[in-house]
Amino acid sequence: MRRFAAILASAVIIMVLATSAFAAPEKLARQQKMSYNVGAEPATLDPALSTGIPEAVIELSCFEGLTRMDENNIPQPAIATSWTISPDGLVYTFKLRRSSWSNGQPVTAADFEWAWKRALRPETASEYAYQLYYLKNGQAFNEGTITDENLVGVKALDQYTLQVTLEAPTPFFLQLCAFPTLMPVYRKVVEANPEGWFQNVNNYIGNGPFKITKWEHNSKIELVPNPHYWNRSAIKLTNLTFYLIDDVQTALSMFETGQLDAFDAPPAAEIDRLIQQGFLHKSPYVGTYYYMFNTTAKPVNDARVRRALAMAIDRQQLIDRVVRGGQLPALAYVPGGLPGSKAGVEFRDEGGNYFTEDVAAAKKLLAEAGYPDGKGFPTISILYNTSDNHKKIAEAIQEMWKKNLGIDVRLTNQEWQVYLDSRDALDYQVARAGWIGDYVDPNTFLDMWTSNNGNNDSGWKNAKYDELIFGAAKTTDQAKRAKMLHDAEKILMDEMVVMPIYFYVNLNVYKPTIKGVSYSPLGFVDFTNAYVIE
Amino acid sequence: MGSYILKRFVSVVLVVFVVSTATFALMRAIPGGPFRREKALPPAIQRNIEARYKLNDPLIKQYADYMKNLLKGDFGPSYKYLGRSVNDIIRDGFPVSAVLGLLAIAFAIIVGVPAGIISALNQNKWQDNVAMGIAIIGVSVPSFVMATLLMYVFAVKLRWLPAAMWGTPKHAILPMLALAAFPAAFFARLMRSSTLDVLSQDYIRTARSKGLSWTAVVYKHVLKNAILPLVTYLGPQVAAITTGSFVVENIFAIPGLGRYYVTSIYNRDYTTILGVTIFYAVLLVLLNFVVDIAYRWIDPRIKLTAAKE
Repeated sequence: MRRFAAILASAVIIMVLATSAFAAPEKLARQQKMSYNVGAEPATLDPALSTGIPEAVIELSCFEGLTRMDENNIPQPAIATSWTISPDGLVYTFKLRRSSWSNGQPVTAADFEWAWKRALRPETASEYAYQLYYLKNGQAFNEGTITDENLVGVKALDQYTLQVTLEAPTPFFLQLCAFPTLMPVYRKVVEANPEGWFQNVNNYIGNGPFKITKWEHNSKIELVPNPHYWNRSAIKLTNLTFYLIDDVQTALSMFETGQLDAFDAPPAAEIDRLIQQGFLHKSPYVGTYYYMFNTTAKPVNDARVRRALAMAIDRQQLIDRVVRGGQLPALAYVPGGLPGSKAGVEFRDEGGNYFTEDVAAAKKLLAEAGYPDGKGFPTISILYNTSDNHKKIAEAIQEMWKKNLGIDVRLTNQEWQVYLDSRDALDYQVARAGWIGDYVDPNTFLDMWTSNNGNNDSGWKNAKYDELIFGAAKTTDQAKRAKMLHDAEKILMDEMVVMPIYFYVNLNVYKPTIKGVSYSPLGFVDFTNAYVIE
Repeated sequence: MGSYILKRFVSVVLVVFVVSTATFALMRAIPGGPFRREKALPPAIQRNIEARYKLNDPLIKQYADYMKNLLKGDFGPSYKYLGRSVNDIIRDGFPVSAVLGLLAIAFAIIVGVPAGIISALNQNKWQDNVAMGIAIIGVSVPSFVMATLLMYVFAVKLRWLPAAMWGTPKHAILPMLALAAFPAAFFARLMRSSTLDVLSQDYIRTARSKGLSWTAVVYKHVLKNAILPLVTYLGPQVAAITTGSFVVENIFAIPGLGRYYVTSIYNRDYTTILGVTIFYAVLLVLLNFVVDIAYRWIDPRIKLTAAKE
């Protein structure tokens, strides 16, 4: 509680500081140019096929869906100007604005219908097709069990009216409408070259705030405002450059020499300095870093052992000394920033913490499980994918468990795909993992632990848990739904299937002259309202 | 000479066959796959993707299809970078890596070779000690340290040169130095030892006793013989350096081919792994061929038919 008070106090101070900063009038710089490092060569720029954050950031600049997320991560009207939702929550009717593609042709409801069905077509082979499984018959059509496109729940009623029918009420559906998979694409260019239409920048016709003028592979992508964007007058930037640099150390050097204006996730060792210099800004990030247990392997098949392990580490110390960057200690699984039972209430604040760090209680639990003072406890191993950060965290936890519980732990690192295989095959005892939400709702964290979910690599199955999650998906009553999700999280934490370690924060580095960039808690970055001051 | 070239051609074909088959088998033996993700894909989506890339065909058929396309010079589509073929990737990346690599090799020769000769001619004097001292640093400092250090000093601190990226001659200087450090030092040491070796030969003493000037002996007899080991080494070295260095290209954000050698393996981008490996193998064989020709030119005693058993 005291920590909460401290956070509140610092939030107040920051707000006071922020308001006083606004007192100074901003003067727009003559040159409205900025650059940002997206961190990788995009694997594709086809919104229907892309899966990564770098791709999404570029696509958000070049396309616009029915909605667009604002800086508070609330879906706002974009190509759709308004919508109605049927009382059962299943039918959405969107009214579209009169807007144009970057070649001047009109964007119509049929463009959306075609793009969504294309993303679902089995031969398109979209990895994120499941973002459209919420549509009536979306999954069946993608799986090939039905082949008639007309049965899929999306239909252009007229040129500017789109009707969407869902399988079940989906409270986050308007958010999904802002997601790349659900963006419209320009049918003619896609049909002319379905595999590689986006490779030639002249064919990269979008309906978003910017358009690409140059793509140098593995180097950079240059953009200018899209003259046909419906809200063209709101765009202040004249040039936007996305660098495609993998190495954050290189990005930092470029930032320091003035080659680059903004990038994210700086090297841990530089965080303190960048904060002091006023370049580093934290923004919410909906993600949890945790260790998960193979609940079928001795000795971690015993919930008491798992709880003891979770209670015997000092998260704040781990964050301050190893992880750095002001992440938040996690004593529950679902991170902050997700909606709870009613508007304006966060799921996490409602749920609170599900356990405490308490070495004495942890030792007692371990003794109850048959290992007093760690005696007789078999040597277990922490599995992580090869990375310096994961290694340092594992070493710190290894030491804490040794000191607090008297148990010996080994560290095993594996190359990424080998590690995924080991997880899948339940060939581990404790494994490092992390999860970033796909949408802003607690469900994106909780439904993965249902018994047969492909992401549940813990071997844990719980009928009550499944019942709650599937029940929550069917109800339109937000309060009832939140209650069911809270109950589910409580089961997950009581059983300590996953041991939460910390909640991520987004670490954004940018020059003080850069304003208006919107950082989403899902990791997306939106430059629509960006501008440069003197 | 004709039969030699024929023999070489056959060996290229053989090398490509063995390399592609072995790589194909090895990469399929390691865990994972190009569409393996942390977030598990629904089985139907997994099936759709496998069908699209024909990864659900029997392995032997996939191999046969690949070899068939390879005969046509088609390395296939990348599995990671959609809409790009491996041929595109090599076409875009190789010229960049090659320019950078050739610059580095040229720099290494211009600095390393004279340094080695001067050292040898002044054995155990200060020139030798200084040159070999620097060479030890060049050989032992790993390229990522060298690259980071160069970037920190000349870009971040002194602001003389851009920190990273590619495009102008200025951008090439730091990565060239980082890449050239090792070969330059290595060439210097190689030249020094081979020069010393030649200097102790009887024919040098003969040349001296004939009354030839020291300069003439060095230019006409010493250098020509001392440079042979370097030429041998140059073939594979040029192949290695022009196909790019993962470390240097990554640190300086250079869009070369070197990154793909490593990242394609992480990504299990099967076609890219195969394509760049085969490309590298062919380049290596060709450059060894060039070395053989150069040998004959430098030293007429070497007969090409006999040179390769």
